Amino acid sequence: MQVSDALAVLRPLAADVDFFELRWMRRSHEQLIVRQDVVEPPRLIEDAGFMLTVYQGGAAGYAATADTSRTGVEQAFQTAKRRAELSRGWSVTHYSADHLQKQTGRFRSPIQKPWEKVPLRDKIDLLRELCRDLKKDDARFVDHQAQLHLRRWDMRLVNSLGTDIEQTFDMVNPNLSVTVHDKGVTEMRSMNGQAACRQGGFEVLDDMGYRDAAHKIHEEALELLYAENCPTGLMDLLIAPDQMILQIHESIGHPLEIDRILGDERNYAGTSFVRPDMFGHYQYGSEHLNVTFDPHRDQEFASYHFDDVGTRAEKTFLIQKGLLLAGLGGQLSQQRSGLPGVANARSVSWNRPAIDRMANLNIEPGPHSLNDMIAGVERGIHMQTNCSWSIDDSRNKFQFGCEYARLIEKGQLGRVVRKPNYRGISASFWRNLTKVGNAGTSDILGTAYCGKGEPNQAITVGHASPACLFSAVEVFGGEG
Amino acid sequence: MKKAYFYELMDKAEQRLQKGEELILAFHGEDSDFCRFNQGKVRQIGKVHHDRLLVRLVKDNRHALYELTLTGQMAEDITRVASTLSSLRAMIPHLPADPYLIQNREPTSSERVESNRLPSIEQWTEAVRHEVGDLDFVGIQAAGGMYRGFANTLGQRNWYENYSFNLDWSVYHETDKAVKDNYAGFSWDNQSLKGKLQNCREQLEHLKKPSITIKPGAYRVYLTPMAMAEVMSLLEWRAFGLKSQRTKSSPLRRLVEGKQVLSPMIHLSEDVSGGMAPDFDEFGFTKPDAVSLIAGGRHQGALVSARSSREYQLPPTGAHEGESPESLYLQPGALKPNSILRELGDGLYISNLWYMNFSDPETCRMTGMTRFASFWVQNSQIQGPVNVMRFDESLYRMLGDNLLGLTDRSDMLLSSSTYDSRSTHSMRLPGALIDRFAFTL
Repeated sequence: MQVSDALAVLRPLAADVDFFELRWMRRSHEQLIVRQDVVEPPRLIEDAGFMLTVYQGGAAGYAATADTSRTGVEQAFQTAKRRAELSRGWSVTHYSADHLQKQTGRFRSPIQKPWEKVPLRDKIDLLRELCRDLKKDDARFVDHQAQLHLRRWDMRLVNSLGTDIEQTFDMVNPNLSVTVHDKGVTEMRSMNGQAACRQGGFEVLDDMGYRDAAHKIHEEALELLYAENCPTGLMDLLIAPDQMILQIHESIGHPLEIDRILGDERNYAGTSFVRPDMFGHYQYGSEHLNVTFDPHRDQEFASYHFDDVGTRAEKTFLIQKGLLLAGLGGQLSQQRSGLPGVANARSVSWNRPAIDRMANLNIEPGPHSLNDMIAGVERGIHMQTNCSWSIDDSRNKFQFGCEYARLIEKGQLGRVVRKPNYRGISASFWRNLTKVGNAGTSDILGTAYCGKGEPNQAITVGHASPACLFSAVEVFGGEG
Repeated sequence: MKKAYFYELMDKAEQRLQKGEELILAFHGEDSDFCRFNQGKVRQIGKVHHDRLLVRLVKDNRHALYELTLTGQMAEDITRVASTLSSLRAMIPHLPADPYLIQNREPTSSERVESNRLPSIEQWTEAVRHEVGDLDFVGIQAAGGMYRGFANTLGQRNWYENYSFNLDWSVYHETDKAVKDNYAGFSWDNQSLKGKLQNCREQLEHLKKPSITIKPGAYRVYLTPMAMAEVMSLLEWRAFGLKSQRTKSSPLRRLVEGKQVLSPMIHLSEDVSGGMAPDFDEFGFTKPDAVSLIAGGRHQGALVSARSSREYQLPPTGAHEGESPESLYLQPGALKPNSILRELGDGLYISNLWYMNFSDPETCRMTGMTRFASFWVQNSQIQGPVNVMRFDESLYRMLGDNLLGLTDRSDMLLSSSTYDSRSTHSMRLPGALIDRFAFTL
């Protein structure tokens, strides 16, 4: 579609509304899977359309369609305008463009080796090779698969203030997973759960260690198969980055979303234990906790220069030395709440309106090496790779499970244990953060499936984190 | 109209096929009005038209799938289809033959079209505005047409079309104390909405009582059908598919292997005839009216996708690739709704559960939270709302030895999910009275 053609139709029509915004988006996906050494049919997606939003008389309405003809644009405008009229005098806030600024600019994910330049046969050969490495002809591996998922999202945002922004995001999401079974026991092991997510081209597979991961997954799956159950008790917990991302996501990211604090999500994703009066005063965690919204981190999954309403994105400390400073709320949420926020009004597609999302939410590295942290633990456990997550709707009482763990005894890593779980309460858990790992312990990960919103949206978010050590955590295992 | 459009696209696409090629098209469309509410007012309101075409080109047992969005302009769309066919044609020679490709070779065409009885958006927004009044009402209305189609080069044509609404809401007293309800169906009635909101107002009175915090431990509980839906939603994830069962990863593996049983009261099936999902899959197979999954507490069957059917040599049940149920039905028991508080005696009346996950899949142990209107009951009287509690409990206990009874009616619950698109899934579930339900935090 030529957005300029649509604008030529739209501008005369929109002369009598207070504000309009046209957000066009094309989502191109390619998914390749080799499961049990069998190549599954490739799945490709090409999904393009636009959302037209109109503000009129303090109310807002939208219409989304893939019909880019003159008739399609005209109908979308009339539909959006009618929706605004229907809610006039009945809106939860006064919709106005007064707080928006004109922005122009472009962004493209840095790429060294474009995905489309790699022949399909080479990609499939890589997956086949990794699949073989996962199983190694061992009958105890009852399922195994290697997977690559590319997403390319092209976006253009134009509004009646003169904003005109183009952004292209290339995102790569590889995965490896196995299921092993012997003597009545089943275990699963994977590459970072589904958290191996980065922006970039084919080259990021090497940066993520994709080609070497299969051997390690094979060995660790067998270790788990014959391991003892995780013990129960209060102990130190050293969390690897591929579990830290869930800990950050669920018990910092979601509770800091300002639209949750404003109540928008109370029927679905939930509310927040964080109240407006806490900002600037509340000690969210120990002095070691520094949390940033960082839209400019190279390769991170949700990097961008502008959010989906055209606000320029900047790195911001949300929590510094444990003190809560700012929330995750875009321009509209800041206006509604009076709270400090960031540029995080985002939408997963052309057919969903922008709401407050996490984007890149990171823990800044500390001074400790992994060995330092282990050496200081008398009795503890090192957990890796999230496989279970649950938290209450205020984002306080949580329980998480991991794929793999090793006990720490007297400063040394000990035996592997299976079914490691832990639980806690956000409001107190982060105050027990005793050590933060250095950059050498960090990883850049994320997820493509952060769910929220009505209508629902599963969006991409990035989390970069070092390994972190917590004291006095309630740890437990399975039933046998 | 969309049906004719889809079939015309198929006809034009077929004309572009080359020798030895087979084509399978699937249509997935919706015209949806969404209105999101907070504090009894409109947060976001809009309309979405989204029609997608799934194009599968098959040649020499090699195949690939391309999903594209349709514009509704035939000239543009057929150009896109032709371009898609070219892309797939270029890709297929690089793929090995798929040993698990199977498609229905016995064309079975069908049509299920419901008439559009929905009110206009002006009518239902006015009704909601009027009935909600000053309630702290938050949620979403999703309404409009949903369309599914299938066509292949063997001449099979299937079409599904319905027009439904789903108003899903919570009414808040304060902080996390709220009543959740839902009004969904095909024909709108202002009095039904009024009645449901009146029930919410009455339940809010219970929420105004002082909150009660219970200590971790084992309690007798009653789970409403909506709470049971959370339990079943977690199971749907990977418990019932043939692939998960054969690869030992189903959380019901021990049930499947006969090493565990559930209560004899548990009769669970995928009941397409009682749900609202289409009765055909993306390879042209027709779904049976019902597939028994658990009978009398024992494993009975699995959901089988076309691909698994070939891999494991069992007949397909029309399940989609993920092999999760779309129309789950748990048979009712004998418990009378008006006897629930009496049977509960001392315990928790739980309206809703939330954010469940497996804490030990091998023993089908699940964790999750209470949410919305959950009450502490003593001497069969509601004492007040319970502050949210975390539970961690095995299905083999909660629907096994500890299951005291199921209510005598299974409620129809239409899914309000709108991830990617509006859902056609539903469940029919009774409430459950359970003893010694373990709360941990």
